[in-house]
Amino acid sequence: MNAVVHAQAESRHLLSGNEAVARAAWEAGVWVAAAYPGTPATEILENIALYPDIYSEWSVNEKVSVEVAIGASLAGSRALAAMKHVGMNVASDAFMTQSLAGVIGGLVIVVADDVGLSSSQNEQDSRYWGRFGHMPILEPADSQEAYDLIKYAFILSEEYETPVIVRMTTRVCHVKAMVTFTGERVEHRAPGFQKNPQRWVMTPANAKPRLPLMHERDRTLRTASEASDLNEVFKGSDRRIGFVTSGPAFMHVRETFPNAPVFKLGFSHPAPLDRIRAFAGDVDTVIVVEETEPLLETELRAAGLSVRGKDVLPRFGELAPSVLRPAIKPLLGEPYEVPTRSQSSVFPRPPTMCASCPHLGPYFALSHIRNLNIIGDIGCYTLGAGHPWNALDTCICMGASLSMAHGMDKGRGESDEKKHIVAVIGDSTFLHMGMQGLLNMIYNRGNVTVLLLDNRSVGMTGGQENPGTGQNLHGLPAPRVDFAKLAEALGVRPERIRMVDPYELPTMVKLVREETKMEEPSVIITDRPCSLTDRFERLKPYEVLDDKCTGCGNCIDLGCPAISVSHRETVTAKSGKTKELVFARIDANTCTGCHMCVETCAPEAIVQPQPATHTIRIHPHG
Amino acid sequence: MADGITNILVVGIGGQGVMTAAEMLARTAMEQGYDVKKTEVAGMAQRGGVVSSHVRFGPKVYSPQIDPGEADLLIGFEAAEGLRWLPHLRPAGIAMVNTLRLVPPVVSAGLYDYPTDPIAELASTGITVHAFDAGAIANELGNSKLVNTIMLGAISDYLPFPSEILKACIVEGFRAYKPKLADINAQAFDAGRAAGH
Repeated sequence: MNAVVHAQAESRHLLSGNEAVARAAWEAGVWVAAAYPGTPATEILENIALYPDIYSEWSVNEKVSVEVAIGASLAGSRALAAMKHVGMNVASDAFMTQSLAGVIGGLVIVVADDVGLSSSQNEQDSRYWGRFGHMPILEPADSQEAYDLIKYAFILSEEYETPVIVRMTTRVCHVKAMVTFTGERVEHRAPGFQKNPQRWVMTPANAKPRLPLMHERDRTLRTASEASDLNEVFKGSDRRIGFVTSGPAFMHVRETFPNAPVFKLGFSHPAPLDRIRAFAGDVDTVIVVEETEPLLETELRAAGLSVRGKDVLPRFGELAPSVLRPAIKPLLGEPYEVPTRSQSSVFPRPPTMCASCPHLGPYFALSHIRNLNIIGDIGCYTLGAGHPWNALDTCICMGASLSMAHGMDKGRGESDEKKHIVAVIGDSTFLHMGMQGLLNMIYNRGNVTVLLLDNRSVGMTGGQENPGTGQNLHGLPAPRVDFAKLAEALGVRPERIRMVDPYELPTMVKLVREETKMEEPSVIITDRPCSLTDRFERLKPYEVLDDKCTGCGNCIDLGCPAISVSHRETVTAKSGKTKELVFARIDANTCTGCHMCVETCAPEAIVQPQPATHTIRIHPHG
Repeated sequence: MADGITNILVVGIGGQGVMTAAEMLARTAMEQGYDVKKTEVAGMAQRGGVVSSHVRFGPKVYSPQIDPGEADLLIGFEAAEGLRWLPHLRPAGIAMVNTLRLVPPVVSAGLYDYPTDPIAELASTGITVHAFDAGAIANELGNSKLVNTIMLGAISDYLPFPSEILKACIVEGFRAYKPKLADINAQAFDAGRAAGH
């Protein structure tokens, strides 16, 4: 059990922003918390799950998680939903209208922007949602503020009957910093749901009268923001440049320009325009430092203030002292010293699939079959686009593989006439948003071969549970969806639903060949667990017998990180043609004995060091 | 260590224990009463990618990131990774590097080259480099997972607090959660400390 869970008020801890959010949610009396895993927000729910006073769940997607939180709020409970920035896109349909209806129990949406795309398909500034959905935004700059602002967010939400967005970024979520606890759990619960159709049934007739109320709420929230001590001025001695900033950008500004005046926004939307105007009057130049879009900068300009910002600062990517210094020092007429050493030129280490990864088999198959357009999705299998497979042609968002593949089938051009369309998606992504695409494809008589790679986990975020794993957020047994039955229920013919062990490479290749030739949709389901989870059983490592290895390189094509090139030889055939032989070795510390590579090796050079009974067993789920 | 801030950069590859080592340094600094920040760049690092963990402590720490040219100590869990992060080290900084070479698939496939001698390349820049085979020490002690503690032992005489304080923090941690491993980690720490000079 995490020591923080039982820690008392006044105690001091080294916590990530995500851990701080969890503790604050507990203190704030949160009754229901829901999320779908997504970097960098995943650990918020994982930590909330450590507090037994809070009902917490992995929801199947972000929209569902927000709707669960909305329901709990209407029932009178304080509720929290957490997600990464792209999760907000999914969830937006729910909160855009609930903002109009309002809330009862405090409702807080924590969104984590992956600024700099450390593990995402795009970069988004979630502060837009506050403007778009008429919801206030709080922006913590570090773990202590994450803790403080979450507690305040529930008070604000209930006082103004509005959902509140707490906007974090990777540099808050994943930075560990000091947090001093100021309290322990206090319950906040209303007696229960109060029926009121005019308020809660958003028909046009009921929604319309809410519009002026929502705009009036915007006005009163701006007054609250003007008065809030979360919006704080740090008086500086050097008044040549004053900074207006929020979130972790504040830390970079203080680090880089310790003597400059700073207007720090903790309650950043609606912005306290009057106070910022007064601040601007006290300095020569105002620079707005924000990650990532020039949102505040634009609003300040619209309010008639003369400010600078993105004319000198980057429009995308993370800010840091090393970014601010070269951008701003020249404005002060100060020399900027370029660090003495330039960037190093060491080889890249792109992320790879793991040893025994059950996705290796399908990608070995896909990389050996020609004439495919392979439409991908979000998960570890997106790595199939990389070396050595080069067997993934698109990736945009959760669930897009099936629907895009259907569109590619229907919209195929001349050069694609003879191509087969394949969609690749994982178990959790299929349940998140993929199955609608399959239903749509069946309904509209499409023809796509679907590879449903069931590794029984949300792999890329660290092996979380989902409705396909048989366990819930708390590791307790939960009903496990039957993917084959689900596909059949959506309309795939039973003959075209094929279960396969992805470690059995010949079968894997044969099945993909067969099914892509069919003139109707097929679903091929793999059934091996992620090799990083407890469901995976590690077996004895294999080795390469040097005297038997012929240098064909087939095992290298598998892309297993345990297999590497021991040496190369160039040989000349009788025909005079030269050929490069690639001899392999297996790292015994990395190999987990899955035996996939054995199937690629004709000369039987890959063996287990000692005579061993060759049994591969999958743990029963749970 | 300007402004009383100590900047330590711990680097390696996902799964090597880089983040755990950084966590131990951060916790020890916290117990010494410092303000501490620790941050990682570890996007999809569990999949064989580069991990860099920044630990900053002092009277008051604002930004969590260590800028290029600002690290006082660079702890490299792998030789080429030590070289990769060299630009982050101060000219007067110290690099403590494990001589282990981990060759990724893109190098194995011939798309890129592994540096011939990363340690020599580091030393040629004039910084102070201590390099040793932490894996060999770990294997002598009978547990390859001890590399982490060995590396911490190795840098423990270059911190603004006594070596024994870091050792106590590590060993007490094991005593609380994995008591069987406490003594062997104490030995690993001492062996690393001897190797780090």
